[in-house]
Amino acid sequence: MKRILHLSATAPRLGALALVLPLLAFVTVSFVIPLGTLLGKSAYQPEVARVLPQTIAELREWTGDGLPSEDAFAAMARELTALGENRPELARVSGAINRVQSGMRGVLNRTARRLARTGQAGSWRATLTGIDSSWEEPATWLAIREAGARFTLRHYLHALDLEQRSGGGIAPKAADERVYTPLMWRTLLVSLGVTLLCLAIGYPIAYMIAASPPARGRILLLLVLVPFWTSLLVRTTAWIVLLQRQGVINGFLVSLGLVPDDGRLQMIYNMTGTFVAMTHVLLPFMVLPLYSVMRSIPKSHMAAAVSLGAAPLQAFRRVYLPQTLPGIGAGSLLVFILAIGYYITPALVGGRTGELISSQIAYHVQTSLNWGLAAALSSILLVAVTVLYLVYSRAIGIERMRLG
Amino acid sequence: MSNGFSGRFRGMAPAMRGFCLFVVCLAPAGVALAEAITVVSWGGSYARACQQAYHESFTAETGIEILLEDYNGGLAQIRAQVDAGAVHWDVVDLEMPDGWLACQEGLIELLEVTELPAGVNGEAPEDDYPGEYVTECGSGVTFYSTVFAYNSNYLTGPPPQTVADFFDLEKFPGRRGMRRSPFVNLEFALLADGVAPDRIYSVLATSEGVDRAFAKLDTIKDQVVWWEAGAQPPQLLADGEVIMSTAYNGRIFNAQVLENQPFVIVWDGQALDSGFLAIVAGTPRYEAARQFVQFANRPESIANISKYISYGPVRRSPRALVDSHLATGVKMQPHMPTSPENLTRAVRLDWRWWSENRDDIYERFSAWLAR
Repeated sequence: MKRILHLSATAPRLGALALVLPLLAFVTVSFVIPLGTLLGKSAYQPEVARVLPQTIAELREWTGDGLPSEDAFAAMARELTALGENRPELARVSGAINRVQSGMRGVLNRTARRLARTGQAGSWRATLTGIDSSWEEPATWLAIREAGARFTLRHYLHALDLEQRSGGGIAPKAADERVYTPLMWRTLLVSLGVTLLCLAIGYPIAYMIAASPPARGRILLLLVLVPFWTSLLVRTTAWIVLLQRQGVINGFLVSLGLVPDDGRLQMIYNMTGTFVAMTHVLLPFMVLPLYSVMRSIPKSHMAAAVSLGAAPLQAFRRVYLPQTLPGIGAGSLLVFILAIGYYITPALVGGRTGELISSQIAYHVQTSLNWGLAAALSSILLVAVTVLYLVYSRAIGIERMRLG
Repeated sequence: MSNGFSGRFRGMAPAMRGFCLFVVCLAPAGVALAEAITVVSWGGSYARACQQAYHESFTAETGIEILLEDYNGGLAQIRAQVDAGAVHWDVVDLEMPDGWLACQEGLIELLEVTELPAGVNGEAPEDDYPGEYVTECGSGVTFYSTVFAYNSNYLTGPPPQTVADFFDLEKFPGRRGMRRSPFVNLEFALLADGVAPDRIYSVLATSEGVDRAFAKLDTIKDQVVWWEAGAQPPQLLADGEVIMSTAYNGRIFNAQVLENQPFVIVWDGQALDSGFLAIVAGTPRYEAARQFVQFANRPESIANISKYISYGPVRRSPRALVDSHLATGVKMQPHMPTSPENLTRAVRLDWRWWSENRDDIYERFSAWLAR
C-alpha cells in the first residue's frame, strides 16, 4: 500500500521532470557550459605544459637564479625542433608565452626555424644563445616557466592592476599604469548614476501613464515604447545631433542669447553625454516594470489615506511608495545590470572619459585574442554584479520584485 | 564505396532503406550543382566595390558561387571556428595586424608567393608587390590610408599643409578629431615632432621614442574629440564639431564626390595600410578558396576596385590602370593613396612592429586616455 502510494507520487514528479528536461538541457548547453568554459580560461591554461612537458619539468627544478641547467636548454631545443613541423602548435605556444613577455613570439619562432635548419652546434646552451641572445636572459626562462603553469592567477592579477614583484609578493601597479581597476570603478559608478537618473525620470512617467484614462495611457505607453523599438545606434546618433556644439540645443541657447556663440556648452564627448544617452536608452526598462506595478495599486488606497487625515506627501510616502517597491526593485536591477555591460553608447558619445570596462573585454576577445584576460575581467565583473545582487535582494527582497 | 554503403543498410526496414537511398542519391547531385565558398569582408561600400570589381567575374569564370558575409574585424570568430574544427568561413579580408597575428597563431593557411598571378606585363609576383606586402602570411590587395582632412567652409584662413599643423594649436586653434586607438596616432605624433617618415619605427623601437610620441599627443589631448567608427569623422567635419580630423581617405572621398562636401584631404604623412585575403586554416573548401584568392590578386581585379572606391592597388603594375570613378566619372588618380604626388611623405604602417607591441601600447594608451 505504501509502495503504491509512493509510486503514485513519483510518477507525476517524473512527468514534471520530463517536461522541464528540454529547458534544462537548453540552459546547460547554451549557458552553463559556455560560461563555465569561459571562466575556466581565466585560470586554466594547459597548452604550454602539454606541448613543452620536458622543458617545463626541467624548469621546475631551476631555482630562478642565473640561467637554468644544460638539461633545460637541451629539452627546450628538442621540443622546439619537434614543434617546427607543427605550425599551429608552435603558434599556440609562442602566443601564450608572448602574453607573459612581449617579444617571445618572435624569439621562439626564429629559434624553431633555425634549429630545424642547422641543428646542434656545440652545447645546446651555446646553440640557443647563438641563435638569439634572449636565451641568455633569466627573464626569458622565467616567462616560459610562468606560462607553463597549468593553473595561474596571472590574468586575475593583470585584471586587477596588480603585479608580481621580482622578489615575490604582489603589489599594485603605479597609479599612471592602472587600466582596468579605474575603468571598473567608473563602470560601477556610471551604472549606479544612470540607474538613479532612470528612477528619478521614470517614476513620474510611469505614474502618469498608470493614472491616465486608458486611451491616453495607451498613447503615453506607446511614446515610451517607440524609442525602445528604434535601433540603439539611431538613438545615440540623435543625441549627438542634439547635444553637440553646433547642435540643436546649443543653437537654440545661442539664438536666445543665453550662451555666447564662442562659449557653446560642451554636452557631449564627456560624462554628460554618457549619462544623457545611456539614461535615455535604458529608460523603458525602468518605466515598464514600474507601470505594471502601479497599475495594480487601487486608486482607493491614496484616497483612503487622505481621508484618514494624511497630507498628500505623507500618503505618498507611507501608502503609495511602499507598494511600488517591487517595481522599483525590478526596474533598478534591470537598468543597473544592462548599464554595466554597455559599451557602444559610451564609446560613441563618451569621448575620452566615457569608456567603460566592456570595451576592454571586447578588445581582448576580438583583437588581442587574450581570452584569458578577457575571461578574468568578465569573471570579476560577474562576481561584482552577483555580490551587489545579493546585497540588493537582501535589502529589497527578491520575492517581492516584479518584472512587469 | 556505394557497395559498402548499401550493404550497411541491408538490415533496415524497406521504407527506411528507400529513404536512405533517396538521401544518398540526392546529396552528391546537390554538391555538384553549385560549389560555394563563404567570403567574409567589411560590408558597406567596400564589400560592394569588391563584389562588382571581381566576385561576379570570378563566379562567371569558375562556376564557384560566393556567399558574402560581413564582419567587423578581429579574429575571435576565426579562432573559435579553427579551435572547434568546424570552419565555415573560407576566405576572410583581414587588416594587416590581424592578418599577421592570425598567421602567427596558425589560424590561416600559408601562401605560396610564387603561385600568385603575374603582373600586367608579366612581372614576377615577388617583384610586383612592395616587399613587406607579400609574405607567406598573405599578400596586400588594396592600400587605404589614414589622412587628416578639414572642412574648407569652417577653416577659411591659410590652410594646414603638414602633420605638424595638425598639432599646432596656435596657428590652428580649435578641436581635432582622432581615432580612439594608439594606431596611426603615435606615428602622426612623431611626424609632427620632426621625425622623418622612414625613421618612425626605429624611433618607436625604444621606450624613449614611445614616450616622445605620447608627450606630443599630450600637447593636444584637451582639444581632441575621439572617434570610434569610420563614419564619424566626416560627420564631425560636416557639423563643424572639429576643425580637422584624421579619417579614412575613402570616407572623405565619398563625402567629397557623392555628397559634395567641401572637404580637403592633407596627404602629408598619410598612413598607408593594407589588408589581405586569407584562407582560414583547415577549411574543407581549400581548393576553391585558393582559386578565389588567386583571382582577387590578378592585376585587373585589383585595378577594377578603384572604379568604385578610392583604394589603390598594392601591386605596382596595376596602378597605371586606375582610371575614373564609375558612378561620377571623377578621375581617380589624384584621390588615390598610391598616386606618386600623394606618396611623397607617406608612412607605411609597420604591422610587424604593431603585432609585437600592440597589447602593451594599447594598454598604455588606455591608461593615458583615462588620466
